Amino acid sequence: MGSPPHFYKWATRSLPWLAGLAVIVFCVGLTWGIGFSPTDYKQGDVYRIIYIHVPSAILAESIYIFMAISGFISMVWRAKIAGMLINSAAPIGAGFTLVALLTGSIWGKPTWGTWWVWDARLTSTLILFFLYAAIIGLHSSIENKTKGDRAVAILAVLGVVIVPIIKKSVDWWQTLHQPSTFTLTSSPSMPPEMYLPLLVCVLGFYFLFIFMLTNSLRGEIISRERDKSWVKKQFFKY
Amino acid sequence: MHPLRKQRIYAIVTVLLGVIVALVLVMNALSKNMNLFYSPSELVSSNIAPGSIIRAGGMVASGSIQKSTDSLEVIFLITDFQNSLSVTYNGILPDLFSEDAGVVVKGFLKEDGTFLAEEVLAKHDENYMPPEVAKMLDKTE
Repeated sequence: MGSPPHFYKWATRSLPWLAGLAVIVFCVGLTWGIGFSPTDYKQGDVYRIIYIHVPSAILAESIYIFMAISGFISMVWRAKIAGMLINSAAPIGAGFTLVALLTGSIWGKPTWGTWWVWDARLTSTLILFFLYAAIIGLHSSIENKTKGDRAVAILAVLGVVIVPIIKKSVDWWQTLHQPSTFTLTSSPSMPPEMYLPLLVCVLGFYFLFIFMLTNSLRGEIISRERDKSWVKKQFFKY
Repeated sequence: MHPLRKQRIYAIVTVLLGVIVALVLVMNALSKNMNLFYSPSELVSSNIAPGSIIRAGGMVASGSIQKSTDSLEVIFLITDFQNSLSVTYNGILPDLFSEDAGVVVKGFLKEDGTFLAEEVLAKHDENYMPPEVAKMLDKTE
């Protein structure tokens, strides 16, 4: 399963299905949330940016956790595919973090009255973005891919402490950002006709991530294994 | 498990724990500075020098908003239900600014203990509901 040729074959076959699934769930969630869910009593229609903001923020954190787990596997078992996974996931995670920061900013202006404030939630999310950038930069600055994988794995594993900090920042400190609407201990402070489309959006974003990851992992495998015989057989019929 | 792998896991866990301890210490040292604003009670107990730029936050006390008729000046009380602080602001308020809603103001304390704000930000809470539901809740109250 972990061998690159096997994974390449599996990825190529599942790619169109993943793309279709991502597009369908994504479109259903966004149309439902933006077109059909009720307006908010206080914020009006502006709250609908939640259907992009919250899924991207969830993905930003989830992808980092995913990279930390891959980093752990890469460090302990030296699995080549784990290193490739971190490398493929980092730009996607950075993208979702940027979307979360930008949509948050666009949401903040009409509701809070400011684009940006240095509170604990916003600042820790910005640090997460820098961590992604550091991982991308570190890997591309090391010529030897195997050494690069090891360096990046350390950063991915240690950096994961930022995730609980982001999550709990609104409870530990006084922030401008409101506390979580969804908690494990109590029912959501939002009616189902608002949170169901949000759930679909989150699912759609997850599928989108899996699709993007599979796609970029294919490229990563081919570029790293380009001297191997199975790649040559695949692309050059001689 | 292979002893080498076990050793690697121990190394990772040790370093991770070290990072966590270091972060907890840093955050403890920073504790007050990690907060975006002071509550009115903290302002009372911490004797901050008048004139230094700070942020204060709390709820806008109900019935406390006084708007001037010939200028943008507005005076309101922010409260944490123990102490309150009188805030004067001259400018445009954010849309979500209202009584019984959270607010964060940036400015400075004057000699008389009131606060002169140069920026007012509205805080919104984690509750979302359709307008009809909000109306029904108001009625039952």
